[in-house]
Order: sequence, then C-alpha cells, then structure tokens
Amino acid sequence: MPDLLAARSQMAVSLGFHIVFAMVGIAMPVLMVLAERRWRRTGDRVCLELAHRWAKGTAILFAVGAVSGTVLSFELGLLWPTFMEHAGPIIGMPFSLEGFAFFTEAVFLGIYLYGWDRISPRAHQAAGWAVAASGMLSGVFVVIANAWMNSPTGFRVVDGGFVDIDPIAALLNPAAATQVVHMTLAAYAGTGVVVAGIHALALLRQPRNAFHRRALAIALLVGAPAAVLQPISGDLSAKFVAHRQPVKLAAMEGQFKTERGAPLRLGGWPDEAAGETRHAVEVPYALSILAFMDPRAEVRGLEAFPREHWPPVAIVHVAFQVMVALGTFMALVSALALWLMWRRRDLTRHRWLLRALVVTAPMGFICTEAGWIVTEVGRQPWIIHGVMKTADAVTPMPGLIVPFLTFTALYCALGVVVAWLLYQQVLRSPHTTEEEAA
Amino acid sequence: MSLAIGPAELVAGIALVALNAYVLLGGADFGGGVWDLLASGPRKREQRALVAEAIGPIWEANHVWLILVVVLLFTCFPPAFARLAVVLHIPLSLMLIGIVLRGSAFTFRSHYGRGPGDAADASHYWGRIFAIASGGTPVLLGLCVGALAGPGLPRPAGGGFYATYVAPWLTLFGVTVGVLALCLFAFLAAVYLTLETEDPALREDWRRRALGSAGAVFVVAFGALGLALAENLHMGRGLTEGPAAAPLHVATGLAALTAIGALWRRRYRLARVAAAGQVSLILWGWALGQYPYLIPPDLTIRAAAAPRITLVLVLWALAAGALVLFPSLVYLFRVFKRQPA
Repeated sequence: MPDLLAARSQMAVSLGFHIVFAMVGIAMPVLMVLAERRWRRTGDRVCLELAHRWAKGTAILFAVGAVSGTVLSFELGLLWPTFMEHAGPIIGMPFSLEGFAFFTEAVFLGIYLYGWDRISPRAHQAAGWAVAASGMLSGVFVVIANAWMNSPTGFRVVDGGFVDIDPIAALLNPAAATQVVHMTLAAYAGTGVVVAGIHALALLRQPRNAFHRRALAIALLVGAPAAVLQPISGDLSAKFVAHRQPVKLAAMEGQFKTERGAPLRLGGWPDEAAGETRHAVEVPYALSILAFMDPRAEVRGLEAFPREHWPPVAIVHVAFQVMVALGTFMALVSALALWLMWRRRDLTRHRWLLRALVVTAPMGFICTEAGWIVTEVGRQPWIIHGVMKTADAVTPMPGLIVPFLTFTALYCALGVVVAWLLYQQVLRSPHTTEEEAA
Repeated sequence: MSLAIGPAELVAGIALVALNAYVLLGGADFGGGVWDLLASGPRKREQRALVAEAIGPIWEANHVWLILVVVLLFTCFPPAFARLAVVLHIPLSLMLIGIVLRGSAFTFRSHYGRGPGDAADASHYWGRIFAIASGGTPVLLGLCVGALAGPGLPRPAGGGFYATYVAPWLTLFGVTVGVLALCLFAFLAAVYLTLETEDPALREDWRRRALGSAGAVFVVAFGALGLALAENLHMGRGLTEGPAAAPLHVATGLAALTAIGALWRRRYRLARVAAAGQVSLILWGWALGQYPYLIPPDLTIRAAAAPRITLVLVLWALAAGALVLFPSLVYLFRVFKRQPA
C-alpha cells in the first residue's frame, strides 16, 4: 500500500469512527434532558429511568468520542504536517473555539452524570442543556474548519507561501453555512432515528411497554423534524457545490459531458475510462433544474477539467446516490411518523410504521458516512481545494501502513465492545406496561 | 537571555500554563490509574474504588487541557507542530493509543461494572486495561518532552528511518524523563487521594504511597538533571547558567521538602499545595531552561510564531473562552471536590 493511500485511509477510518460518536454526543444530551424534563414536570418515573439510561449511554459514547477526537487533533499533524504548517494559522481559530466548547461539554457532562444528588433539579437540568448546546457548538466549529478546505478564503499564495492571512475571513468561509446546517441536522436526524428504531423493535414485541413508548416519542421528537428538513439542506449544499466546486458536482452526478439541460442520474456506475455513466435512470433536465434552477442551464462535466483534477468518480457518485436515496427514505418515514404523532395516533397500533422505523434505524449513520465520503473524496486530489494537493501535504515518514492497520484494529475492537455494551443495556430495559406506570 | 514579551511569548506562556494544568489535573488522573495497577494490602478494593470515584466526574474535563495545548501549538507555532509531528510520529501514536485505551476502558468499567454475572468479570479486564494504559501513557508523554529537550531534533530530511524517526526520542535522557513523568503523576495522585477519603486507614495507605513516590521522584529527577548536564543538553546549560536558575532550584527544592514534611506530619492540604508547586516548578524549570527555543537547538518561539493577526485573535479567543471556562471549572470542582478538612 502506498504511503499516501495509507495516510488517507487512516484519516478516513479515524474520521468515520469519530463522526458516529460526535453525532451522538451532539444529539443524545437533548434526548436525555427531554426525558428528565418530562419526569420533573409529570413525576413519571418511567421517564426518570429513561433519562438515567440515556445518560449512561451518552457517558460511554461521549468518552469514546472524546478520545477518538483527541487522536484526530494529533493526526492532523501526524499525517498531514505540511497542511497544518500552512493551514494552522488560518483555521486555528475555529479549532481554538472548539476547544472551549469541548471543555464546557466535558465539564457539564461530568456534573450531569455524577451530580444527580448533589445539585438542585434546576441546576441539573441546566447542566444537561449546557452539554447539549456546547456539543452542538463543538460540531459547528469543526465543520467550519472542514468547510474552509472546500472553499479556502482568508489568505493569498505568493511564491508557495501563504500571506495576508485573515483568520476571520477563513472562519466566515462561504461553504461554512451550508455544511454546518447539513451536519448539525444529520446529527439530530441520525441519532434520533437510530434510537427510535431500537425502541420500535422492542415495541413490536411489547406494544404496551411504557419505557419503550416514551423513548420512541422523545427520539422521534428530536430526530424526525431534522430528517424531514435534511433534504432541503442537502439541496442547498448541492447548489453551493455546483457553483464553487463544479468538478465535485460532476463526480457526484456522474456527469462526464458538459451539456445544457443535463439529466439527473439515479444510480448507475461511472466508467472513468469510457467517460460515461452506465445503467443509470435519467430524469431529463432535472440536474440543470436542481443545480441552477433553470432547465436549460449548462452543467460542466468532468471533461471540462484536467484529468489530474478529477476525484475518484465512482466512489463519489455511488456514495452520493446512497446518501440521497436513504436520506429521502428517512425523510418520508419521519414525515409519516410526525403526521401520526400530530394527529395524536398511537404509533404502536401501526405495526408497518414500527417496522419501517426499524429498517430506517441505521440509515442516518450510513448517510452521514456516505456524505463525508462525498465531501472528502470529492475534494481530492486537493487537501485545500485548488491550493494544495493531498499528495504534497502527507508526512515523509515511510511505512504508514503500520499506523493505519494499528488504528483500524483498535477502532474495530472498540466499535465491537461499544455495540455489545449498548446491546446489553437495551436487553435490560424495564418491562413496566402503560397500565402499571399509570 | 532576553525576556522581551510579545504576543508570541504570551501565547507560548499560556500554552505552558495549559500544559501545567494538564500535568496537575490530567496527570493526576493517570497517576490514579497507576495506583489502581499497584493496589495492594488489605484495602486493595477500597483503594481502587476511591481512585474511580475521585477521577470519574473530572477526567474528561482534565483531558481537554491537552487538546488546548495541541491546538495552540498548531495554530500559533505551526512549523514547530509540523516538525514534532513528523519526528515524534511513533511515540505520539503510541501515546494516543494509550489515551484511547485508558479513557474507554475506564468508562466501560464505570458504567457497566456493576451488572450481574458476565459484566462483573468484564469489568475486571477493563480495570486492567485502564490501569496499564494509565501507566504507559505518561512514560510516552515524558519521552516526547524528553526528545524536545534532548540533543536536538533532526530535520526530517536527513538520515535513515532509525536516525530520523526513532533515535531522536529513544534516548537514555528521554526514557528518564518518561519515568520521571510517571513518578510525578503517581506522586500527585497519591497526595490528592489523601484528601479524598475520611477513612483514616485508607488515608494512611495514600500517605505511605505519596512518601514512597516522592522518594522515587527525587532519585529520577536528579538522574535526569545529571544526564542533561553530562550530555551537555541545551536545557542542562539553561538550568544551571540562566539568571533564573538558582532561585528556581531553591524554590523547587523547598516545595519538595515542604511536601514531604507536610505528608510526614499529616498536614495534607499543605502537602497538596506543595506537591502541585513542586511539579509545576519542574515544568517551568524545563521551559525556562530552553527559552527562547521552542525546539532546541534552532527553532525559537519567535521564529516558529504564526503571523501576528493569528496570535492576537487567538489571545482574544482565549480571553473569551476563559470567561466561560473558569467559572465552569470552579463549579465542577466545587460540586465534586468539597472534602472534609
């Protein structure tokens, strides 16, 4: 394995692993505080039990997120020292602010988890909200830094050196808004549907179980609206990419030729050598409309760009198709669930909906991983779009396959352990029925 | 040695304060893990339980100090960060593995250790992993610091793999600093733990351990200093020749003696202050010893500094962040560390 590929793979594994825990760290505190709030307001002991168990789950997922995030902050330099040497002063600001948000999150999570009997109910709930807010802010700052890699601003390159550095302009880079909204919604949607799916599965077996019924309702309250809004945010993101990173859009859509009235390709397999996307279902004019709001708009294809500036087309296209297909399905199931909840229907009487929620459960995380593949692989061969190539940023150390395999093994083992521990916890859920809880 | 203070020196000073906080707080959490590993005697179980109780609510917040140091380094001194990340790739990666295992294993044990049957057995293994990783990680951290203070990190270009990526950190001096870090963290943890319990017997356990590790710190610290002088490292010269050298040594020695005396006379609050002072003075002694170099023998703080606008903005961000951070931290420690006298 070439060192560059090993470094990129290690970064991909580290990010792909961390993002799951980061998402849960953003959304899970909201679920846990909502459960506590409901217990404080109604005295419903089932909700207290739920808050305790969700807090426990949050604790282990947050810890794994914190340590895997630490790994990433070092890996920026361990794998990409040349990138950090130049980008550090420009995008260090969001990372510094993220540091403080992360600090706040860790402090108040400690207070929340261990402080049930030590502080007032009001202070305890406030600590939970502080965790939720700072968790969201942490994510926002990190995504801003990533957005800068897609739309670098706040500097000029003169003779290979970065001059006229303006960290504020970098902080306000044009990709930040769309990426931040998309990722934040993904965190709530992904976490919400996975929790909803787990409890929907339990409700298929015990429809009167009060614990699972409360859990499902709260999880959908957090996850479903975000899942419904996500396609809109995705559309805005894609329009932005169409303007700022047209070669990435061409790869996402498998668009090889430059044409007016470009069709939207659903599925299919891009053949880079032949320069065409085979076996796709084509919706006429749809790409031109979606990207530029004009059926006659010209969409630049991959042929308009030098071959060495193409990202790996097949990976980007397939990842994009997966994200859009599963994301759309998630949005539809979530919309149905929300509509039924709004009409005050008992969701457990609609077994088809419970089954659909079970199927949807992993989709948020799959979509997020696919989305990161689109944005990261789609930016290749650049590490800073149009400015610095990934190949020029990698560490000179040889033998990078060793750390890649080591960290992959470590994360696989950790992933298995976390999944097993959470499975054990779900198995031990209480069996109180609605009638007993009342 | 000129002491002109500009934004670069200010940020470097704040990074050192953050590192100091990490050593005093995060370091003690690692030290707690070491005492979990070395738990012995009739109160073995109680010792482990107290360690877990003491670090449970705070270790994650304490860990963030390290992230702050890294972020300040790559934002404000990017050439230094890049060079360290290349040359110290191996020990830093190993340290990260230690950090991951320590944190995860501790959390797995804390939150799933009290279940029936299988979970109890599993918690034993998590405890072992937590304890071993707690012992190994400080050695690796010390090894990296030792390499920084060592005979000079080569630029990544020259030499073979061993010469470039192993030799700079795998030195007798580096290993000694690694062991010193381990002893210091264990010492801090034992001193802090005397104040975490009201059980007199358990308190005596920690007192004996604190005195024992104080002795170990004494031996290893002099070993490291001797090696620094013998190998004529930049830091060795700075430590003995700089204008601040003599008073600093006197202060460190006084703090060490005070800590030992206070432990002997069971005045634990005084011992805690003196131990924290002693460890901080060792850290500041190292930093002043190699001032104005960030990476001896050639990269100074000024030369490595990012453009002024970045430094100024980071200073503003630090000021704003501190306004949120310090009240939060005070609250955290008030809630969990309000012990009896």
